[in-house]
Amino acid sequence: MSSEAIGSATKRRDALAHVKAANWGKGLSTLARITRMNLRHPWQAAFAIGSTIIAASLQLLIPQLLGHAVDQTQTAFAGGTAGQAAEQALWTSALLLLVVSTLRGLFTMSQNYFAEAVGHHIGYELRLACYEKIQRLSFSFHDQVHSGDLITIGMLDLEGVRMYFSTGLVRAVLLSMLIGIGAYLLLSTDLVLGLLALSFVPFVAWRSSVTRLRLRATWLDLQERLSVLSRVMEENLSGIRVVRAFASQAYEMVKFDRASADALELAHERVNIRVRNTSAMTFSFFLAMMLVLLFGGRKVIAGEISVGTLTTFLTFMTILQMPVRQIGLMVNSFARASTCGSRLFDLLDMDVAIKDAPDAKPLEITEGTLRFENVSFAYPAAETRPILRNVSFEARKGETIGIVGPPGSGKSTIAHLIPRFYDVTAGRVMLDGQDVRKVTLGSLRKEVAVVQQDAFLFTTTIENNIAYGDPWAHEQRIERASGYAQLHNYVLGLPAGYKTVVGERGVSLSGGQRQRLTIARTMMLRPSVIVFDDSTAAIDAATEQRIRSAMRQFAKDRVTIVIAHRLSSLMHADQILFVENGEIVERGTHEELLAKGGRYKALYDLQVRPGDDVLSEYGEAG
Amino acid sequence: MAQEHAGELDTESSNMREDDRRPPRAVVGSHRIEEEIFGKAFDKNIVKRIWAFVEPYRGKVFIAVAAVLVFTAMQLVIPLIIRYAIDHGITRGSVDHASLLAACGVFLLAILINYGASYTQEVVVGKVAEHVLFDIRRAMFGHLQKVSLSFMDKTEVGRLMSRLQGDVNSMQEFLETCVLSIGDIALLFGIVFVMLWFDFRLGLLTLSVLPVLFIVRLFWLPRARNAFMAAHETNSVANGALAEAIHGVRAVQSMGRQQVNFTLYDDKAHANLRTHLTAARYAQVMVPIVDLLTGFAMAIVIVVGGSMAVSESLDIGVMIAFLFYIQRFFDPIRSLTLQYSVMQRAMASGKRLTDVLDVKVDVQDKPDAKVLSSDMDGSVEFRNVSFGYNPKHPVLRNVSFRVNPGETVALVGPTGSGKSSSMALIHRFYDVQQGQVLVGGHDVRDLTQESLGRQIAMVLQEPFLFTGTVFENIRYHKAEATREDVVKAAKAVGAHDFIVSLAGGYDAMLEERGGNLSLGQRQLISFARALVADAKILVLDEATANIDSYTEMLIQKALVKLLEGRTGLVIAHRLATIRGADRILVLQNGQLIETGNHDQLMATGGLYSKLYNLNYASFDDIPDDELLVSAQNGSQT
Repeated sequence: MSSEAIGSATKRRDALAHVKAANWGKGLSTLARITRMNLRHPWQAAFAIGSTIIAASLQLLIPQLLGHAVDQTQTAFAGGTAGQAAEQALWTSALLLLVVSTLRGLFTMSQNYFAEAVGHHIGYELRLACYEKIQRLSFSFHDQVHSGDLITIGMLDLEGVRMYFSTGLVRAVLLSMLIGIGAYLLLSTDLVLGLLALSFVPFVAWRSSVTRLRLRATWLDLQERLSVLSRVMEENLSGIRVVRAFASQAYEMVKFDRASADALELAHERVNIRVRNTSAMTFSFFLAMMLVLLFGGRKVIAGEISVGTLTTFLTFMTILQMPVRQIGLMVNSFARASTCGSRLFDLLDMDVAIKDAPDAKPLEITEGTLRFENVSFAYPAAETRPILRNVSFEARKGETIGIVGPPGSGKSTIAHLIPRFYDVTAGRVMLDGQDVRKVTLGSLRKEVAVVQQDAFLFTTTIENNIAYGDPWAHEQRIERASGYAQLHNYVLGLPAGYKTVVGERGVSLSGGQRQRLTIARTMMLRPSVIVFDDSTAAIDAATEQRIRSAMRQFAKDRVTIVIAHRLSSLMHADQILFVENGEIVERGTHEELLAKGGRYKALYDLQVRPGDDVLSEYGEAG
Repeated sequence: MAQEHAGELDTESSNMREDDRRPPRAVVGSHRIEEEIFGKAFDKNIVKRIWAFVEPYRGKVFIAVAAVLVFTAMQLVIPLIIRYAIDHGITRGSVDHASLLAACGVFLLAILINYGASYTQEVVVGKVAEHVLFDIRRAMFGHLQKVSLSFMDKTEVGRLMSRLQGDVNSMQEFLETCVLSIGDIALLFGIVFVMLWFDFRLGLLTLSVLPVLFIVRLFWLPRARNAFMAAHETNSVANGALAEAIHGVRAVQSMGRQQVNFTLYDDKAHANLRTHLTAARYAQVMVPIVDLLTGFAMAIVIVVGGSMAVSESLDIGVMIAFLFYIQRFFDPIRSLTLQYSVMQRAMASGKRLTDVLDVKVDVQDKPDAKVLSSDMDGSVEFRNVSFGYNPKHPVLRNVSFRVNPGETVALVGPTGSGKSSSMALIHRFYDVQQGQVLVGGHDVRDLTQESLGRQIAMVLQEPFLFTGTVFENIRYHKAEATREDVVKAAKAVGAHDFIVSLAGGYDAMLEERGGNLSLGQRQLISFARALVADAKILVLDEATANIDSYTEMLIQKALVKLLEGRTGLVIAHRLATIRGADRILVLQNGQLIETGNHDQLMATGGLYSKLYNLNYASFDDIPDDELLVSAQNGSQT
């Protein structure tokens, strides 16, 4: 494996580590919890289990009926019964067999259907619970957890839990009935022959369980290797211009082949594991059958048992073969449900860090004044590294605050504290005298809107995307917002106009267009505080200028905060804060800051003056 | 068919949507899945194409088929042996230990053969299928390395990935199924044959249940398939909505859509529950029918076979064998029905795969293509070049210019003027419609693409990094580059300092697309990468995105370093870069309208001087209307 493959494999293994560390106790309590969930559908669960028991009993009757029928024929053949009576007996057996077989079918149907139904209901409940939880978990959670992992939990792990009832629990009942009663019947009919007939059971049960678990382990491993392969492919395709630019198709093929060979090797190993065991299991079954035939035959010859009994034995064996092989599936289902379940429940039980305080009141906007009072902040995962230190400022309705500073200085964090995407570690953020932590989240986020850096598009029409925060909105408002964001003309140029579907499966928009759409979307909310979080970086300065002038009216009724690298985005602000290492190091208007000759001035020089001079100045300085 | 279903779902959900919890403009996820799941069960052309991939393993496939047939034969023979043992070893009145022993001996032999055959079949089929799967994927991936960039530009990566993964996987399933189907068909015919051979009348009577089964299946299949498809579709739709909620969680939370979205998701999840319950009903309804028919068949054997045995026209062993066969009889029919849908799915996938494999390769090496040697002079020349992605709408019209060895030329012009297309033509990403592009004095169409690529280093506007270490990214595919070369390059472009400050230094792992680095840092690494490539010609598309001031300065310095001793073509956005160039080419609407150095162009008072005098930090900052005015003025003078 290449070094990069190993790197990612280790990372994934770390992610899986807590699964492997999950001890038996936790596994059992997870299974118990899933079982309890199943029992919340008592009628369907009872029907499923009841039908299973009846179906299994009927299935066990069939070999006996067959054996009986053969014996009747045998007796009649030997002249034991008169023709008429023999015929009668055969008819009775045949009818009985027909009825039993049909009933077995009906009960099997009801067993499978109700077992599936319980599973689907659980699946439905878990889906909703997952969705609700994921929507509610705060930003700090989503920062730490990879979205791919959440998707795995919400799709694959959920399946593992859903399948537990039908493939694990109900099957366990069925298998223990069939094997248990079957074994009892065989052993009680003839101990030696019974032992012979059952001799394959422990071997197959053991092999099939071990194989299934090993297949599962290699499957997980294979998934890792395949994900390396798909990453190689995806990066190649997304970066195809780089690949072509460096004429490195051959190198990329080598990379592909390496990842591919890694995966193929394991895929072959899986085939080997599977085949070695299925063949061995079939062999052991037939071997047992041969022994039954040999010794049973001798017993028939010796007159100890009838041909019918021998038939019963042989039929029983064919009936038992399937369930015994399925023991592996059942064990696998338990293993899968317990690991999948523990991951799923970990998510569902996760504490939501940011939620309404018990006595939270709706936010009331009177003046529309935003105040930061000695705010400090550190991410929960790294509390010793403060991102913001003692940040204080005030902004009144109609004012624009510009925030600028090097990457990682904490600019965006300031924005995220206002709508409580994160909570401050010290100090407080106040809106009209109300601490944001003491008002309801719903009311707060209605009043504070952030135009995000990464402009996420939902798979729906452009108009619905703009109206995302106000899904009742009228067309005219949508178009007005779109006009303000300088998007209207572009949209009108599209074949389907505002009905054009965008997002993952729709038309793709450029970075700038996406950002303009996000701006329009945020304006729809009519918030009291609007924050542009570096959300115009992909928009050219001229368009941005037009957006700004279009928004002038809009900005009168609210506090506007502009975070940007490009100074032309915030030069006009009423107050500019220069943030460095989490602290406000300079503040004032554009003119004041230029006059001051500090960091802001240096940045201005670099961006606005022709580059040569600045370069030479830097050269001299360094 | 998928469309029809999407329609149904829409009407269903719109009925429930008449309340205030479901706003008119609110949706979660998408309503439909885009692709056909089932195709024709058999499409000759597609099968032929797939066979081309199986062909190399032909020998193994024949072995597998042979093994399947042997395996099937053993399945048939074993009940026969039992029958023989019962009829000849046990019940013929006389005690015949020898026959019983012989029968058991044959039995043992049969199961050994069975073991061998099943082992061979499964191993061979399993491995060949895996091989073919990887081969198809490799062929597609390799093909995508060659197809024209215009195809790649308009095709989403996600869509290609689903071809390379999902569709390829269903081919694997298909191949395994094919071999199994052969076995199943053989088993079915074998059972029918053996039954009829043993006793024609009883066999025929027993088989009389078959037509009933077929008729029932005929009615059942289309309905069941619709139900399964609906279930599949609602599942994808619900999963899609969940994925959207996960990816867009920040947008959802900041716009307070949680409540509405939950209600809408509930609709989707509930639709999914309903379709799955319906599908389960369809799947299970066949169980009692098959059991009823099995019961009938067994009853017939007992009544008819039994009385025949009594009247001595049938051996009792035959009757037992019949009972055995009946229980095995329905298995192949059941699995053949399943395999039918696998085939349909495979054809739909196969169609999509061949579509990818058939994408035309526009730009290809000529059979007698020359290798561009590394001691060529490094000149670049455009001779009357016209080009358009769509030939009807040319983006370059009759453009001619020459860049002398070692010269740095800046390409300047408003968005859409043809700057990027010119760059792409030098590297022969596309072929010109008229005229010629010459590199080192050779028409690029006469050179091998590989050698051309080696002499041209490109730095794209959006730096793209691969998952891997910093070292691997800088070296990229130049295997002969040593660690010293890489460090030297990084130092030259000023990336060394931040690289060594990363945990692991040059061996620090970059996350996907270099997500753990800033844009400016990624830019610097891509500069280092171009420097290590050490090509004669450097083609650079300057980044427009805003980078913090310190890195910005580093980048401007690095650029000077990068252009040293090379022919440079730069799509320049920054005035500093433009003024530093030896010559400036001004493009407008696909035509070259001005050329000269900064002072010359300023003196002539054309478009360039007008743009420059507007005093924007970058040409991209100039508003369209001002540009328009300048352009008009420019053309008047």
